[in-house]
Amino acid sequence: MSAKRRLDVVGKARRRIDGRGKVTGQSRFADDLSLPRMLHCKLLRSTHPHAIIESIDVSRAQAYPGVHLVLTGRDFPIPFGIMPASQDEYPLASERVRYVGDPVAAVIARDEKTAEEALDLIEVKYRPLPTIASPEEGLANPEPRIHDYGEQGNIHRNQSHEFGDIEEALAKSDHVFEDLFFFEGNTHLPMEQQASLATVEGDGKLLISSSTQNPHYLHRQLARVLQLPLPQIRVIACPNGGGFGGKCDPAGHEFVVCKAALMLGRPVKICLTRQEVFYVHRGRHPVLMKFRTGVTKDGKLTGVHLQTLLDGGAYGSHGPASTFYTGVLTPITYELPRFKFDACRVFTNKPACGPKRGHGTPQPRFGQEVQLDKIAEKLGLDPAQMRLNMVTKPDSLTASWLRIGSTGLAECIRQVVDRSGWKDKHRKLPQGRGIGLACSAYMCGAGVAIYWNKMPHSGVQLLLDRSGQVTVLCGATEIGQGSDDVLAAIVAEVLGITTGDIRCLTGDTGLTPIDLGSYSSRVTVMMGNAAMQAAGRVRDLIATAAAEQLETLPERIVLSQGRVFDEMDSGKSMSFVEAVALAEAKFGTMGAVGSYAPPKSPGRYKGAGAGPSPAYTFSACVVETEVDERTGLIHIPKIWIAHDIGQAINAVHARGQVIGGVYMGLGEALMEEQAFRRLPPKLSSALVHKIPSLLEYKSLTSLDMPEVEVMLIEDPDPNCPFGAKEAGQGPLLPVMPAVANAIYDAVGVRIDEIPITPDKVLRALDLKRAGKNPRVGPEYFPDVPYPEPIFVLPPGEGGDGSEIKDPDRRPAKKRAEASAS
Amino acid sequence: MNTVMDQGAVAHRKVQMSLRVNGEDIDVSFAPYKTLLEVLREDIGLTGTKHGCELGECGACAVLVDGQPLLSCLALAVEFEGRSIETVEGLAHGAELHPLQAAFADHGGSQCGYCTSGFLMTAKALLDQEPNPSRERIKEALSGNLCRCTGYQQIVESVEQAARVINAGKAGS
Repeated sequence: MSAKRRLDVVGKARRRIDGRGKVTGQSRFADDLSLPRMLHCKLLRSTHPHAIIESIDVSRAQAYPGVHLVLTGRDFPIPFGIMPASQDEYPLASERVRYVGDPVAAVIARDEKTAEEALDLIEVKYRPLPTIASPEEGLANPEPRIHDYGEQGNIHRNQSHEFGDIEEALAKSDHVFEDLFFFEGNTHLPMEQQASLATVEGDGKLLISSSTQNPHYLHRQLARVLQLPLPQIRVIACPNGGGFGGKCDPAGHEFVVCKAALMLGRPVKICLTRQEVFYVHRGRHPVLMKFRTGVTKDGKLTGVHLQTLLDGGAYGSHGPASTFYTGVLTPITYELPRFKFDACRVFTNKPACGPKRGHGTPQPRFGQEVQLDKIAEKLGLDPAQMRLNMVTKPDSLTASWLRIGSTGLAECIRQVVDRSGWKDKHRKLPQGRGIGLACSAYMCGAGVAIYWNKMPHSGVQLLLDRSGQVTVLCGATEIGQGSDDVLAAIVAEVLGITTGDIRCLTGDTGLTPIDLGSYSSRVTVMMGNAAMQAAGRVRDLIATAAAEQLETLPERIVLSQGRVFDEMDSGKSMSFVEAVALAEAKFGTMGAVGSYAPPKSPGRYKGAGAGPSPAYTFSACVVETEVDERTGLIHIPKIWIAHDIGQAINAVHARGQVIGGVYMGLGEALMEEQAFRRLPPKLSSALVHKIPSLLEYKSLTSLDMPEVEVMLIEDPDPNCPFGAKEAGQGPLLPVMPAVANAIYDAVGVRIDEIPITPDKVLRALDLKRAGKNPRVGPEYFPDVPYPEPIFVLPPGEGGDGSEIKDPDRRPAKKRAEASAS
Repeated sequence: MNTVMDQGAVAHRKVQMSLRVNGEDIDVSFAPYKTLLEVLREDIGLTGTKHGCELGECGACAVLVDGQPLLSCLALAVEFEGRSIETVEGLAHGAELHPLQAAFADHGGSQCGYCTSGFLMTAKALLDQEPNPSRERIKEALSGNLCRCTGYQQIVESVEQAARVINAGKAGS
């Protein structure tokens, strides 16, 4: 692809291809589907946070008029889990429940009301067990174990990586800063509640239409749990009414309706209530963090030792990946010669945490970026300039062997500084008003699949015929982010037609080539590259056939704006439709496939699979704030965000993704929290949601949302289709720390935990008035039994990306020798 | 309706009535406990109106009744005989999108699209009554509708754009 090539479609503002269906109410979300003879399913969920199920009596429910089937854990002997290392969940729990909301039985009846009434007739005898409310409790109480697998006791994952001798780096630093941060859990809150409709089709095969982000992974898990061959199952991912990571995990209800449809031979539908969506959760992990950061006196990083402690909730979910992501992207933004990262995920008796927009990364970004603000102040540096002085270089390797390709971070910082008037405002606004800056980086797709395999991460198939019809098929899933439009735009650009000329068929395991799913901001890059390849192959066939007819060379053929012509002689021209017909005559039935797999990462140590990506995006954010010192209320009048997107595919929707990310980040910063409380002992001491409803889980409304000024930095990345990088997750990440830094600039208090609520601001202001440290945040980091680190030498220190096992070359031995001598 | 009826029979007896939806009189029979939202979606087949909370908090189920926005998840359908109900399906004129629909589609007012119907109907009620609302007024009118995708900015911009188109159309006619 020539860098100078004029783009007809990519980068333009245009109505997305599914736009019309969304504004006419024609988009068919999972709960909008119905079928003749359809039955309805409701789930009975545990009222105990941790208990043995002693017995379940379903006889009265089974006998209730209108009930067709009652299922319990006995019907599901095989567990599931999104990751091979966390197959710890049953569609219906049979022996033990692990959180309030764990599904234990299902009723399938003629309508929802009948099913609901029958749920009341199921008698479950529970024997309550002691509960674990927090990671600290989990570490202190190895018994009872919530699961009989994991590292030890209630520790699910426990790991340590050291890239270069961190203690040596910190010892040689001019300053070492040590800070604790806490990021409370929060949930995705998609507007659409999960729904699924399962049926056995006329060909005898099972079909489930579901609000899932990952039809491929659901497909695999269904085959496992239902013990059916994969080709006997078809998963259609309906357009998701918002996902944000909440529809990545296969969920119990999806297995239940499939099993019921197979047993009854009738379609079975379920739609979760809003309360149940809170129980299914898989949202942001609460994370406690400790940063020990060394810097030189002019503000360059010398080393970071990051420790994280994750509250995993009751199941594994994406936990092994989430644990990695609380650290692995830390070295991407700024030059960091040495890095040590310890992480531990603990099971608790609460809904399982999982991937939410930014997956594990917003938490340490918050800590790191607030700590940098503190460092800049201590060293008397401008926080923006300090960051500018240490942004990572393009085409460089991090200490942890991640390959950074293109980076626009410096330009992002310059633009937000310029547009916000930073230099005239920072530390200069009147008391009560402030401005804060933070940056971030994110991946464009995980470099490895969730299960180990050597096959493509994304496949695209193109079908064309003599009518000029272009159909593009891909397993990618439209969750609102605009993946169908990206797919159409890339094909349209290559073939010189418009997106309106293209029909997209996506997210259907029965028809479309495999794409791993809508997660880790992977779709634009991976699906896009596969689409580029497929479209390029078709384009070559069309150019060859057209060149023959036009008596010119295929190399001179251009496809643009519905025409196929000789670039040197515009008189030699035909329509796209004519050219496709010629190609069909010459080559036979027209089509092509394309595949994409990410490049191999240079890291060779255990754990090197988490963090690599074909490209990274960078963002910088400035937040202005007004803090009312009487009430602690925080008002945000304006936010500036610059995002290094490589190349926007659709100018309107790229901007929309960025604003949407800022919105979600701001909600997390100020109010969103998935918090729990213990009931009093006479009410079983159960751990229950404080807020399992939309009435109580606070999110921003249109009145709360400030104006967001978006700057898209377009510098095409060579690994990406037309240079386009992600936009869905990266821009969320710098918002929370920028808010915290702005509040400090406004009123001089540090709130080292998220969300930053008025009560915390007032508490910190009280401390300030009392002459104490004006900070609210975690006070201590528990003694976590992190393992001996996997030690890897950074690229600059002579390593090859492998673990150094030779004790003579490991820092512990060297240090022992040094102290002995 | 919380009591379990004897054999479920009473609870499931249906009522029959005529509802005026998008200018059309529709004879429909439904269980009397059903909300207007449920009857629209399940008994009339108008699934363009969505549900997000069943508590009246999210606005996804907003429809217009006699021109006023109403949360259809909080209203029993039996109360609406003879009232004029408008849903998203009635917004377009034939194949031609309502200016609000076109603006939402062209200016990023809709991402996943799930909340869109509720926003469109609420915005229609606003523009029908106030053809030139300020940005603040638009935000206020839409503050009962939750959207998790857009951050509202492009929704507000879409409503402003639709107002311009509607007003230009009036000026031209």
